Amino acid sequence: MTDTRAPHPATPGPTPARRSRWTEFRQSDFMYAFLRAPVAIAAFGFVALLVLGAVFAPLIAPHDPFNPASLNLMNGFTAPGVPNAFTGDVFVLGTDDQGRDVFSTILYGMRISLFVGFAAVLFAMVLGVTLGLVAGYLGGWTETLIMRIADIQLTFPAILVAMLIFGVAKGFTPVEYRDQMAIWVLIVAIGLSDWVQFARVVRGATLVEKNKEYVQAARMIGRSKAAIMLRHVLPNILSPVLVIATISLALAIIAEATLSFLGVGAPPTQPSLGTLIRIGQGFLFSGEWWILFFPAATLLALALSVNLLGDWLRDALNPRLR
Amino acid sequence: MLAFVLRRVFQSAIVLLVVGLVAFSMFRFVGDPVDNMLGQERTQADIERLRADLGLDQPFPVQYYKFLRGAVQGNFGVSYRQGRPVATIIKERAPATLELAAVSGAFAILLGIGLGVFTAIRRRGIAANVIMTLSLIGVSLPTFLIGILLIYVFSVELDLLPSFGRGDTVMVGGWSTGFLTQSGLLALILPGITLGLYQMTLIMRLVRSEMLEVLRADYIRFARARGLRDRAINFRHAMKNTLVPVITVTGLQLGSIIAFAIITETVFQWPGVGLLFINAVQFVDIPVMAAYLMLISVMFVAINLVVDLLYFAIDPRLRVDGRTG
Repeated sequence: MTDTRAPHPATPGPTPARRSRWTEFRQSDFMYAFLRAPVAIAAFGFVALLVLGAVFAPLIAPHDPFNPASLNLMNGFTAPGVPNAFTGDVFVLGTDDQGRDVFSTILYGMRISLFVGFAAVLFAMVLGVTLGLVAGYLGGWTETLIMRIADIQLTFPAILVAMLIFGVAKGFTPVEYRDQMAIWVLIVAIGLSDWVQFARVVRGATLVEKNKEYVQAARMIGRSKAAIMLRHVLPNILSPVLVIATISLALAIIAEATLSFLGVGAPPTQPSLGTLIRIGQGFLFSGEWWILFFPAATLLALALSVNLLGDWLRDALNPRLR
Repeated sequence: MLAFVLRRVFQSAIVLLVVGLVAFSMFRFVGDPVDNMLGQERTQADIERLRADLGLDQPFPVQYYKFLRGAVQGNFGVSYRQGRPVATIIKERAPATLELAAVSGAFAILLGIGLGVFTAIRRRGIAANVIMTLSLIGVSLPTFLIGILLIYVFSVELDLLPSFGRGDTVMVGGWSTGFLTQSGLLALILPGITLGLYQMTLIMRLVRSEMLEVLRADYIRFARARGLRDRAINFRHAMKNTLVPVITVTGLQLGSIIAFAIITETVFQWPGVGLLFINAVQFVDIPVMAAYLMLISVMFVAINLVVDLLYFAIDPRLRVDGRTG
């Protein structure tokens, strides 16, 4: 992104030193728009808070929910904020049937949810962008093949594709490794179900860029196809990719939660928010609402704020997505 | 026209062939069903016998041919988990899913079009704005949370509606229906809403934006100038013209309803094909997964084809320059 405005008055001297990347970013139109969008700031702040909470979960969480030694079954079903009748311990968000602190399980659950979400989107992005670039730039039968596959996959809902891939991959992994592998299988399944969006947008953008002068110039000085695609075309089509990635992140988080909720995602030994909701659903009728409510509320708030952020990004970067 | 139809049919056939290959590869390469079916105490002889029974000892092309021939005849082998033919199991389960899909489809279409027209006509009204805001939240809510929320409100707190299962069903010529008993009908309400809500909001927003577009058109203004009543303008002139894109989207959403039934059926323990599929994924029951994949892709491809052709039949403009496809 080039900035044609006058240099910042604070930069002294007759030959202003090249501004740092950070200063450039701070003074960009993008930041200008961001700082004037309260919804975007709130959504970003909230997502950042949750991400930090997830990253530093071992430091923040008052209990380690996966260390059996630290659990006390007497603490089971403690209501939020109310001292336990037997032990007198207080839990901010209550405990589940095994006496695990709900607040801590949510922090650890978010780790899994966010990790799977980010990794799946990254995987889908790398795959989709690569295939989209190749399809758009090379054209011909390569393009036909890639886009046909994309069309076929698009006929099926992403969640169904993810389930099928998960089921098939589960069949491939030996029984004793299934729980360990589940997280990685989830990432691949969700990533593979989502690459089409990236490929379609990137192909479209590449078709436009391909005939511009800078690409012709690069071709004329004899740069290789791979170099032109990666060093010249790619940097110019990044903003729609960023928008798709944000929207995909919300979808991936919800997809992971859905799969885990259905019992075909994260294993009980590594519960994500979806697994926690699945566990909590069992206590819906017996009145222990907090086991279900807090993970569900966290998931909803997370998905909603990522969605809002994506909406704002789309408007701000304004790539012709629609 | 004919060329267009032929091309579409040809493309559909290719899609089905590809899906068939994927389904067969699952059969052939995924896991070892013998491992899953036999318990810890098994002898080598048991393994050999089961392998021969399932046809797993034969060469690849023979198995492929058998699979294709079976699939065309509706024979998908024997479920590894239940030990019964997959076709029989699916036949038992299908009515539950189809009735659920029909209810939520009707809910989505009727309420979606109704609310869409309403919010477009009363664009500035309070009720319309409330509905639009609520629909935004509805789109962000994952399906399973909607289901849990409805269960909490209507089953746990108000104790009005059942939270799981189909209620009593009646067999009508090999089809078990829940439409004929009171408990069956009551049991349909919550899952029906859960499954249809997303589609409903989608249709509603689409109808609304199409209506707003059409209401601005000259022929609507002319109709008003002629002194036609609002009702006639809104419903006879405007709504009719919004329906073309609505039919396309609704048709495509029909397939999604069947797919998303998996989630709803799990939340409500609805004994349909979706629950069968998710259990198959959990237990790596490949024949059931493959059969489900084949069935659902036939359905998706058929719906896509019908929607394309319908679009063609409804909009006369497409027929004129239809040669380009």
